[in-house]
Amino acid sequence: MSESVDIRLTVNGQAVARRVAARQSLVDFLREELGLTGTRAGCEHGVCGACTLRLDGAIVRACLLFAAQLDGASIETIEGLSRSGEIADLQAAFHQHNALQCGFCTAGILVAAAALLRRGGVPSRAEIRDFLSGNYCRCTGYHAIIDAVEATCRARAGKSAP
Amino acid sequence: MSERPLSFLDRPNSYIGKSVPRPNAQRLLQGRGVFVDDIRLPRLLHAAFLRSPYAHARIKHIDTAAASRRPGVVRVVTAADLAGLCTPWVGVLTHLKGMKSAPQHPLARDRACWQGEPVAAVAAESRAEAEDALAEIAVEWEELPPLASAEAALAPGARAIHDTLGDNLAFARAVDAGAVDDAFARADAVVAETFTFARHTGVCPEPRSILAEFDPGDRRLTLYCSSQAPHMMKEIVLRHFPLAETDVRVVCRDVGGSYGVKIHVYPDEMAVIALALLLGRPVKFVADRLESFVSDIHAREHRVAARMAVSRTGEILAIAIDDLTGIGPYSTYPRSSAVEGNQIVGLTGSWYRSANYRARLRVAFQTKPPMSQYRAVGHPIACAVTEGLVDLAARAIAMDPAELRRRNLIADEAYPWKSPAGLLFEKLSHQRALERMLELMDYEGLRREQRDLRAKGIHRGIGLASFVEITNPGPAFYGVGGAPISAQDGCSVRLEPGGSVTCAISVTEQGQGTETMVAQIVASVLGVALARVRVVTGDTERTPYGGGTWASRGTGIGGEAALQAAKALRANILDLAGAMLQAAPGDLDIAEGWIVDAETGARRIGLEEVGRAGYFRGDTLPPLTQPELMATRHHQPRDYPFAFTNGVQASWLELDIETGFVRLLKHWVVEDCGRMVSPLLVDEQIRGGVVQGLGAALFEECLYDAAGQLRNGTLADYLVPMAAEMPDIEVAHLETPLAGTELGAKGIGEAGTAGAPAAVMNAINDALAPLGARVSEQPITPARILRALGRL
Repeated sequence: MSESVDIRLTVNGQAVARRVAARQSLVDFLREELGLTGTRAGCEHGVCGACTLRLDGAIVRACLLFAAQLDGASIETIEGLSRSGEIADLQAAFHQHNALQCGFCTAGILVAAAALLRRGGVPSRAEIRDFLSGNYCRCTGYHAIIDAVEATCRARAGKSAP
Repeated sequence: MSERPLSFLDRPNSYIGKSVPRPNAQRLLQGRGVFVDDIRLPRLLHAAFLRSPYAHARIKHIDTAAASRRPGVVRVVTAADLAGLCTPWVGVLTHLKGMKSAPQHPLARDRACWQGEPVAAVAAESRAEAEDALAEIAVEWEELPPLASAEAALAPGARAIHDTLGDNLAFARAVDAGAVDDAFARADAVVAETFTFARHTGVCPEPRSILAEFDPGDRRLTLYCSSQAPHMMKEIVLRHFPLAETDVRVVCRDVGGSYGVKIHVYPDEMAVIALALLLGRPVKFVADRLESFVSDIHAREHRVAARMAVSRTGEILAIAIDDLTGIGPYSTYPRSSAVEGNQIVGLTGSWYRSANYRARLRVAFQTKPPMSQYRAVGHPIACAVTEGLVDLAARAIAMDPAELRRRNLIADEAYPWKSPAGLLFEKLSHQRALERMLELMDYEGLRREQRDLRAKGIHRGIGLASFVEITNPGPAFYGVGGAPISAQDGCSVRLEPGGSVTCAISVTEQGQGTETMVAQIVASVLGVALARVRVVTGDTERTPYGGGTWASRGTGIGGEAALQAAKALRANILDLAGAMLQAAPGDLDIAEGWIVDAETGARRIGLEEVGRAGYFRGDTLPPLTQPELMATRHHQPRDYPFAFTNGVQASWLELDIETGFVRLLKHWVVEDCGRMVSPLLVDEQIRGGVVQGLGAALFEECLYDAAGQLRNGTLADYLVPMAAEMPDIEVAHLETPLAGTELGAKGIGEAGTAGAPAAVMNAINDALAPLGARVSEQPITPARILRALGRL
């Protein structure tokens, strides 16, 4: 169990080199080694979505990956997506609609919703619900989250309309 | 509109009744919340627990030697190691007559009484190393017979789980009001049903977490908790650990959901405190999801046999219930595990006029995890039983279920009202709420749509559920029973030299928006912009003393304290401004951060000038002026034991009779929580509560086998409501301000969870009725629906 692996990867645009324990999950690596605590461990079974992040452009569960698998990978977390401004409109919509309460699940939901937004267009509420069905929120009842994502989709579609 | 004179709360620039975004949500949106697991301290140790794999077993021997030698392991402890450090506790409330429980310890001594009870703890340099060591602890077990079901635990001749208690009856209560037998004898119809409510649990997104930091030099303990009640937690520590009142501080930063789960005393958390004292190093414990399922409190697990007598003309003549509940091997400390059953006895039927009511409650020990207060304690059961009976009665006399409610709900003019079980209702609005609901949902239109679709083989159902909600509990709730739980809360408000306001309050934030609510009230009274108010919560050393946020008391009690504190500071500010301006304070007002002429609104000086004069330029003030730019006020409910809210929920759903699947199409709530500080936050409390209720109604169940083993203890196996299955939830309000406070606010946190399961159950039964089937067992799973239909 003490086997270690050297990895080099990009995290939020920054080059990172670390020696990691072979058994360390990606979520623990980000939290414990890099101090990126916005990615959270909620169930460690890939069900709750609190650890959702972007890996090489696709959304994944950080609790289902080992850090050792990620040599050469590029990762974006809530901290990076916040800093780049890519989801500033989505965050503002969440704020306006109060689409968060305790905030524990919120980063994962934002990262997931950002992937839906990148598809473009205005999905139906049912489609938004379906897309976010892998993210558990116990506080809001989801309604305001769907409102916020829908409003952001509409605003972006409006902007890009000819 | 308002019947009251114009107050601070109704002024043009007031934030009261306005929906403003929560200032403290911004950092959460950037992933910058600080939950317990995000806190890093030097020399931090991590705790992991060995838990009983059996529901009931004697611990014959524990060998920790090999585990202690593992790399990174600092200490392995069992019950014997902590005996002198932490005294045992007993979770009884003395005002619940006859209640009993057994002493509980941080780690099981001699015997484990539920699968998941902590038995040994490891403190190590990392969580992984601590968990590695758990595998090296050797326990010699002797399995004992489990007593998993409440029925079996109370059966004649059942062996007592705790010999010293004699039997397994933790608490019993009976109510017999009016002439029940007579009412049943003269009824035109009597309906009866046995309703069951499965055990489920809170599934907080952030698991239970605690970090205990002990400095052996000055014997000072700092606890970073994920908790709703920091002051209570401090009292608990003082009761059970050898520490001075001056030396314990409890800090709650961000709390990742609680819903009642994180307000109880858990043995593993007490063990973490003991480890910190023992080792003189900070120790952190964050439950993983698997151990959360077997160590967080569970809720519900009730079987209620119920009857209702009704006349042909639709008068409810009597209600009778018999509730049996299982609470695990110990009553939970310090709130006990009897409150849920007690509230079911109190609440059932209480929103209807019938004076004839009989109830029996039996609370049984069993070998499952402890059960205790979780969001809407008792309400969803009382509501589902009552409203389920109402729908059955309506069917029995062929009356529309909305009409039967209309004929029996307490009239809006009838208050104050005392229920047969003794609850006092100050002023409620059931009749108006029902009418508002029928209009909101277009009840008649939906009925037509339902009939049309039935003809096409589509089975849709409509379910209604009226309810009351207990909020703002007074001192006769816990304090009277000997629990160190405060019914009052305090708020300090301070003007800063730059004209902003710092407010410290003892109610806490778990995401409901407590800090925003407080800021809205303080900003409105003081005439400053919301952005100029900073609210501090969750720290026993930085806030006034108080109960915290639970039982929907944050706004009704904490908000009133904030209002009164802000009023007191306002008067002080105007006194000082008057001295500075040589004006009578009564001729001045504060608006938009300025001292203004009360009559004309003309700006005189900015609040920052008042602050600077008060703090730095006393030399410019008239002789003997002593500026007092901070004020503190406390509030506790004294006139009524509780402030009840009322409401009605409705569900519209479609049933697939081939698969038993339920599709929730729409959900409505009409609620009257008194004055609303933030309609946005009220709506979100309701919606979140509804979805927790929908989870209980349709999905959530801790499945136990006969040996007392949890069969679905992962988030992959235990079903929670996710976005795709949930409906849109439309919310409407009535506002009947609470008398006895200036704010007039009641709570709102329980309402959604209280009524949703009843509304959904009634809607499912409405869809099933033409097929001659009905369900009464929650969660109402597809399998249960198919069984009711005779298809499984």
